[in-house]
Amino acid sequence: MSSFLTSSLMNNIFGGLAQGVIYSLVALSLVIIWQSTHVLNFAQGAMAMFATYVGMTQIDRGLNYWWCVVLSVCVGMLFGGATERVLIRPLYGKPEINPIVVMVGFLGVIEAVTTGIWTSTSRNIAAPFSQIYFKSGGKLVLLSPFIIFQIILAVAIMMLVALLFRYTRLGLQLRASALAPEVARLLGVRVNRMLTIGWMLSAGVGSIAAVILASGSFGLFPTNMDGVFVAGFIAAAVGGLDSPVGAIAGGLIIGLTEQFVLAYWSPSVAPLGGMIVLVAVLMVRPHGIFTKSVSRRV
Amino acid sequence: MIRVDDLSVNYGAVRALRNVNLEATPGKVTAVLGANGAGKTTLLRAISGLVTPHSGAIFLGGEPLARVATENISRMGVAHVPEGRGVIEELTVEENLRLGALASKVNIAEGLEAQYAQFPVLGDRRRKYCGTLSGGERQMLAMARALIAQPKVLLLDEPSLGLAPQVTAELMKTILSLCESKSLTVILVEQNAKGALRISHDAVVLHLGKVVASGSAAEIAADEDLRRYYLGLVEE
Repeated sequence: MSSFLTSSLMNNIFGGLAQGVIYSLVALSLVIIWQSTHVLNFAQGAMAMFATYVGMTQIDRGLNYWWCVVLSVCVGMLFGGATERVLIRPLYGKPEINPIVVMVGFLGVIEAVTTGIWTSTSRNIAAPFSQIYFKSGGKLVLLSPFIIFQIILAVAIMMLVALLFRYTRLGLQLRASALAPEVARLLGVRVNRMLTIGWMLSAGVGSIAAVILASGSFGLFPTNMDGVFVAGFIAAAVGGLDSPVGAIAGGLIIGLTEQFVLAYWSPSVAPLGGMIVLVAVLMVRPHGIFTKSVSRRV
Repeated sequence: MIRVDDLSVNYGAVRALRNVNLEATPGKVTAVLGANGAGKTTLLRAISGLVTPHSGAIFLGGEPLARVATENISRMGVAHVPEGRGVIEELTVEENLRLGALASKVNIAEGLEAQYAQFPVLGDRRRKYCGTLSGGERQMLAMARALIAQPKVLLLDEPSLGLAPQVTAELMKTILSLCESKSLTVILVEQNAKGALRISHDAVVLHLGKVVASGSAAEIAADEDLRRYYLGLVEE
């Protein structure tokens, strides 16, 4: 058993899953917004990073780690809601490129403002879990208490989001608003409010990903979500932008692929693994693995 | 009661409705008849707040509806079953029904039970996704979803579209019995003038956005010119 756990195969699986759950969260946050408003939020990573700065730097003022996490998520949600109301709502019904351009610009603004306030130096956020790997029979198992926490937290968030969408009144209204906004309005659903809540939820999920990333070995710096955003975006495209399950699966696929490319090929080409998967999937299933095929009347 | 006063709606340069007047009262079915492009659907969409009138007014029991948001009009007791039924295919039958009840004050469990009693086939298929339902079942679901919130006004846009004649006849009977038993104000938009006139109390005939005739359904049905030139009910 111990030799199995310390085998390079298992270690690569652990490493891939740890990274994959972060990609899954980012992909899930993108899918929530895509489903409700058909906007690709290119500033998603930067918004989450900014919320994490606001929340997690309160550790310097003596606030407990967990309260900082809660604060980061709350700030992220408010930021998401405000972004929808101020920047996105005026663009509904306009060409699809408009919100993309606005959000790419907003990404630059957020990173510049963050650098202006907190500088570009990386900060360490001390998580209340050890990052030292376990050992089994004298050999390393690439799992630490922090990685286990990271995986449990990500899975818990995904399950909460799934339960919210599937079993609550709010979830039903969010789904209806996304699927058939006019019908939802005719049934008394306040669709505009649902769109704002969709953005808030999405930004909250994104903030959790950013908090996990910042608490890891690379720390927190203004561009720390850029690479994760790209991988999360690829994961969402691989899984299918219309599918929350696809987002989660896509994140795990990309995380594992990157890890195996890193281990068996070269660390410098690891991000290429995700791109290869993306191209291969889109050639076979252009709408992603988990999206139902779309029929069009001609 | 719904009252429409001098209502005009424009789509850009196109005048979809011109000075339309209509009064629909509780416990009665008011048919709105006319050919394609007459403005029937636009009239219902204006009542529901989905299109903004150019001029004129709409009242629900004395309360003005023009420029009230669609969701608020729905919450005031106006249920609109749109053309094509508006059933959300990606949700189950029960989720569609729950959605209809969410914005109202009705007890959802009791509402579901009442609708399953009225439309037993929906109860049998409550866990099925709506994409799997037949046209008739979808129409029943759309009606049940509108009725679960216990509305005062029911707007029905072409409910017979795509249904077999026998199913249509059953549906029309159901509409009439619901209207009378629940004292609903029903506005029924139909191209199937014959079927609609059979169950309606009053009727309005629209042509190119204007009211060309209004009165009791019996009067409209008896007018040979209306039957021939506007309703396509020519019997050789």
